[in-house]
Amino acid sequence: MTPFAYSRAADAADAVRLAAEPAARYLGGGTNLVDLMRQTVERPERLVDVTGLAGDIEERGEGGLWIGAGVRNTAVARHAVVRTSFPLLSRAILSGASAQIRNMATVGGNILQRTRCAYFYDHQGSSCNKRHPGQGCDAIEGFNRFHAILGATAACVATHPSDMCVALAALDTSVHLSGPDGARVLPFTELHRLPGDRPDIETTLRPAELITGIEIAPLAAARHSIYRKVRDRASYAFALVSVAAVLEVGEGRVREVRLALGGVAHKPWRAYRAEEALTGRPANAESFRSAADIELADARPLRGNGFKIELTRRLILSVLSDLVRALP
Amino acid sequence: MPITVNGNERDLPDDPRVSLLDFLREHLDLTGAKKGCDQGACGACTVLVDGERILSCLALAVQYEGCSVLSIEGLALNGALHPLQTAFIEQDGLQCGYCTPGQICSAIGMIGEIRRGVPSQVTADLSAGPIALSSDELRERMSGNLCRCGAYNGILQAILQTYVDQRRAAE
Repeated sequence: MTPFAYSRAADAADAVRLAAEPAARYLGGGTNLVDLMRQTVERPERLVDVTGLAGDIEERGEGGLWIGAGVRNTAVARHAVVRTSFPLLSRAILSGASAQIRNMATVGGNILQRTRCAYFYDHQGSSCNKRHPGQGCDAIEGFNRFHAILGATAACVATHPSDMCVALAALDTSVHLSGPDGARVLPFTELHRLPGDRPDIETTLRPAELITGIEIAPLAAARHSIYRKVRDRASYAFALVSVAAVLEVGEGRVREVRLALGGVAHKPWRAYRAEEALTGRPANAESFRSAADIELADARPLRGNGFKIELTRRLILSVLSDLVRALP
Repeated sequence: MPITVNGNERDLPDDPRVSLLDFLREHLDLTGAKKGCDQGACGACTVLVDGERILSCLALAVQYEGCSVLSIEGLALNGALHPLQTAFIEQDGLQCGYCTPGQICSAIGMIGEIRRGVPSQVTADLSAGPIALSSDELRERMSGNLCRCGAYNGILQAILQTYVDQRRAAE
């Protein structure tokens, strides 16, 4: 680990001021950043500890929720309103990492965690455009079982590892930011970027901008939701593919549907095309299969991850079918 | 403000790079918590901070100023082992013992989570009340602690003996 200065922010304005110097990074629970620093993938010169800020969860309006960026993942997953109004969010968090890590990890840190692509981590031995723009990507011809099938480019095939973010992408989530030029609010689905030819730029955050919290808009249909994750072992593993889904059916037809995919792209993947294809259609397996096909029409396999296309198709079908079977 | 470790106030290291695990092991000679992987994958470094289990290898010690840390060395009371430590011995919850301090601290943290109503991935109904100490719940909740000897069955029995059998006996 290279040397760095450590400061604890008193409030958001203090954090932004402290982070103004080049090579400063915000520090949450540290479960990803400390690991990356130990591997010298990350070499910040200053860490601004923001774990003392924004630790509150509040109900907003008629069924909405504010979650401060400093709230620990466990606290979100156990919150009574999350469990009843947005169960897919609780499920997504509980399916990720281990209890110890969920006790440490913050919401802001979970959102900004970095890919677990082994070539990204292998600072000494591998080429990675995300670490060193223009260096090349060893994953494309390497071991890419965990890599992207949607939205990838010749520059980067890495996936975003978060489970929580897949649920947030399926909901009407906005991200509240505080930066040197003031505060602003972004739709959650516009925070993460696809790799394009600059996979080193992972978000639309501006320099020194701090996530202060997220707001989830009311969505009555979300009470009926599922997060399902397929992985190599039953617990404590990253997703091969995951699906977050909300479904409301009226008179046999899809009235409201939200669908987001994890483990398939550089960002949590909101399946807009499938949602559009499903809305107003009969809530049956034929519609679900067809919507999955539409969403996956542009999916491109690498040597090691072709199975993900069929797996995603089946997972979408099984999750939506289960939601129909369990209709209230 | 210092940090409290097993009831004793300690000064934090000057270098912010020192992990909580290295602080315990190298600075305070508390070598119970183990450095298995040093990257948050094995759970051998699990300790309790203000009652919650965390991975001390991924924790910078300086972040825990003012907190109270409990490691395996702080569990025995006046020389008497914690009931869970005794149960690990009685139920063969270990072979080589390397993961054991992490397993025991993790299990104590887990019981606190269950008592506070924190659900898990296998909790069937998120809106339901008390969580049963079923084998599925315990295995899922302990999945962050690896045991290369494969003493998982003994570990499970030790937890059941401590927290289920005793409760049953008291009823």
